[in-house]
Amino acid sequence: MSIEVRNLTKTFGSFTALRDVSFTVTSGELVALLGPSGSGKTTLLRTIAGLEAPDAGSVLFDGDDATERSPKDRRVGFVFQHYALFRHMTVFENVAFGLRVRPRAERPSDGEIRRKVDELLALVQLEYLGDRYPAQLSGGQRQRVALARALAVEPRALLLDEPFGALDAKVRQELRRWLRRLHGQIHLTSVFVTHDQEEALELANRVVVMNDGTIEQDGTPEEVVEHPATPFVMNFVGNVNMFHGRVQAGKALLGPLALQYPAHESAEARSASGYTRPHEIEITRSEDGSGLWATVSDVRRTGAIVKMELSDERGGLIQVELGRDQFDRLHPSTGERVYLKPKRVRVFMHE
Amino acid sequence: MLTASRKRSGVLPGFGLTLGFTLLYLSLLVLIPLAGLPIRSTSMGWEAFWQTVSDPRVTSSYRLTMTTSFLAACINGLFGLIVAWVLVRYRFPGRRFVDAAIDLPFALPTAVAGITLTTLYAPNGWLGRPLAKLGIPVVFTPSGITIALIFIGSPFVIRTLQPVIQDLDVELEEAATSLGAGRWQVIRRVILPYLFPAWLTGVALAFARAIGEYGSVVFIAGNMPMRTEITPLLIVTKLEQYDYAGATAVALVLLVMSFALLLMINLLQGWTERRIAH
Repeated sequence: MSIEVRNLTKTFGSFTALRDVSFTVTSGELVALLGPSGSGKTTLLRTIAGLEAPDAGSVLFDGDDATERSPKDRRVGFVFQHYALFRHMTVFENVAFGLRVRPRAERPSDGEIRRKVDELLALVQLEYLGDRYPAQLSGGQRQRVALARALAVEPRALLLDEPFGALDAKVRQELRRWLRRLHGQIHLTSVFVTHDQEEALELANRVVVMNDGTIEQDGTPEEVVEHPATPFVMNFVGNVNMFHGRVQAGKALLGPLALQYPAHESAEARSASGYTRPHEIEITRSEDGSGLWATVSDVRRTGAIVKMELSDERGGLIQVELGRDQFDRLHPSTGERVYLKPKRVRVFMHE
Repeated sequence: MLTASRKRSGVLPGFGLTLGFTLLYLSLLVLIPLAGLPIRSTSMGWEAFWQTVSDPRVTSSYRLTMTTSFLAACINGLFGLIVAWVLVRYRFPGRRFVDAAIDLPFALPTAVAGITLTTLYAPNGWLGRPLAKLGIPVVFTPSGITIALIFIGSPFVIRTLQPVIQDLDVELEEAATSLGAGRWQVIRRVILPYLFPAWLTGVALAFARAIGEYGSVVFIAGNMPMRTEITPLLIVTKLEQYDYAGATAVALVLLVMSFALLLMINLLQGWTERRIAH
């Protein structure tokens, strides 16, 4: 099912959670809503599910206006961050819930419910835990029960609110991979909310970056990483080094850096900032005029990459990440003065 | 080995001390006074004991006390649930005032409650007059006793349910709704099973309180032997006639009946709670 959101606005008292938000999810997509807390991403998800009524705007399912439809009739599966399992029911009964509450005429027989639930429990790899109560399961298992329960009603779309937020790193990795495979199997239109950029980039076909109730960028993971539309996206999706300065007459003068900037040919100076990622900086010992000198202040090896902190001539902090091999070839020591050469700087003019 | 020779103790210190205190406290204040009941009543001999407790006036008082207490507990169970729900879930002007008023039956001297209720429900009272016109006498009937018992038992269900309703996550209702459940199905399949253990506690407390209630009932009951005479009143009557053994015999039976009922409720609760324990 495709989902279209048109000009949604939602306020809670004096707080505006959504400001005129519009976007579309085509059928079968796996979309991430990425943003910091308070950016409105959960409100947007809950509005699609019908758990929140918008102040203005509409939600369309396959082109039909569903804004006024009750969540009961939307046939949209919702997975809550804290699972919201019914703890007085067994895992089996939790999954069967959506089938048992159907009107008598549509309700499957007991045998059919059993077959269906067993099938779903096998899908989420919990076939032997049907008799347990939620309290007896681990976090990852509970999350999968919540997913099976949402899938039992054969939803037309699946909405997940911070699905891995409450789990530890290892389990999160596993579940992420598993969810990706599952989506490959059943191709159900899915939208999930996350504040973890890595999770969004790794899992989704498309990433919608939100900030302060608006959409900052809507694109593929590659677009978001390689071509961030705004400084916010640049900052939020990964670490950055920032250089403040101005653009004038086709040139950007950002502190110690001087670059060509053809986007602003006018002679009028405008203030601007340049951003570069830690892995986009090269380190050498010889100056070639396009970079800056800095002193190594800290070196940390974290597996495949080495994270370095340096301070430039004015004492500003610069982060650099090198591959292990690259680092070992050069082997700069703490306190040494090295020459930094950004391979790529993205410049954003200030409004 | 160091670890083997060391006595294993719990993580929390002071188990011995706190258990000792608990036992001493319970013994001095609860167990010893209660033990006095069987000891005192055995002094009268089995024959006399049986004669006292099987006296028709006594058995009819047991029946009256148990039925009115049970009825009052049930009514409190139903309305207490609704009141607790409204107080926790909705915001309305005067909510705090109503919330504070819930505890009044605890604070009011029971005799004051009894006299007030009697005045209200008497055939010439505010509420008694219209009821009398409809041919429903309240004062000096079992209904009057039940009303008094409802009054004094009302805080129990409300106060035990409030924190549980507060903890009831709205997400559960949302989850059930998004799975296609209607409002009534959410209440029946999700909310009520959650509240059941606490609700049962509240009802049991209200019931236990009603069985022992004396002050508020004696005025509205009229205390006619065989008709509106409750067991606690019978015990007091026997005491006033210096029939201590008879009084303790009647009390002992009441105690055993109450204990059996509360034990049953507790077992039922343990059974439901074990399934949803953490």
